[in-house]
Amino acid sequence: MAEPMRIRATLQGDVADVRILMMHPMETGQRKDSKGQLVPQHFIKNVTVTHNGKVVFDAQWSQAVSRNPFLGVKVKGAKVGDKIGVTWIDNKGDKRTDEVTVTAPS
Amino acid sequence: MNTPRRTFLKLSGGAGALAVAAAAGLLKTAAVAAAEWNQDAFSAKAVNDALKSLGATNLIESRDIVITAPEIAENGAVVPVAVTSKIPNTQTIAIIAEKNPFPLAASFNIAGGGEGYVSTRLKMGETSNVRAVVKADGKFYTTVKEVKVTIGGCG
Repeated sequence: MAEPMRIRATLQGDVADVRILMMHPMETGQRKDSKGQLVPQHFIKNVTVTHNGKVVFDAQWSQAVSRNPFLGVKVKGAKVGDKIGVTWIDNKGDKRTDEVTVTAPS
Repeated sequence: MNTPRRTFLKLSGGAGALAVAAAAGLLKTAAVAAAEWNQDAFSAKAVNDALKSLGATNLIESRDIVITAPEIAENGAVVPVAVTSKIPNTQTIAIIAEKNPFPLAASFNIAGGGEGYVSTRLKMGETSNVRAVVKADGKFYTTVKEVKVTIGGCG
């Protein structure tokens, strides 16, 4: 399974400011390796963000999203202690889910 | 003396079961929601084709969409782009890098409870307009911002 995502969800008023860093090569399929061979496409196609189990945000991505993708979203109606879950699925069918708790602003 | 310990154990056991159930539910919901991927829109090589495949017609220029991106991106492989939509009832936000080989970079659906805001980092092949297309109440709104790219990031 892929490396864990780094997720931070901080409450600002009643909105959770969620920042996610996913570890993924996001290969476009246009890059050549050191031997001159094209590196095949390998990129995250879908990302879902849940708030206490309910899908609040879902994204479809192309190979144009940068390597080790960053995603920032804001979730309305959040409270400290709420669960924020993030799932990604890539073009090879690999997937990863990580979850954090919403924390108070520091 | 044993009561607090018993309560603690009971609570943590319950929380554990809940966590497993939540995780299973989470995965199921995520898998169901994540099944779609707009093949036509993402394979479009022309901006107009991508817009058509997104169903975006009668685009209305809007100043209520703000694209935050650098004037000049030093590294085309990592261009930070954020889109804030102040349009009420924003349902989706799509980001297009007009001169990329495949212009549609990403599409976000926030209808479930996200705020009209998304921030990510994109690869841009060359200097081009970054276009945001917002769907709100079934209508489509758009705005552009030019981002100059010194070193292209697609290859």
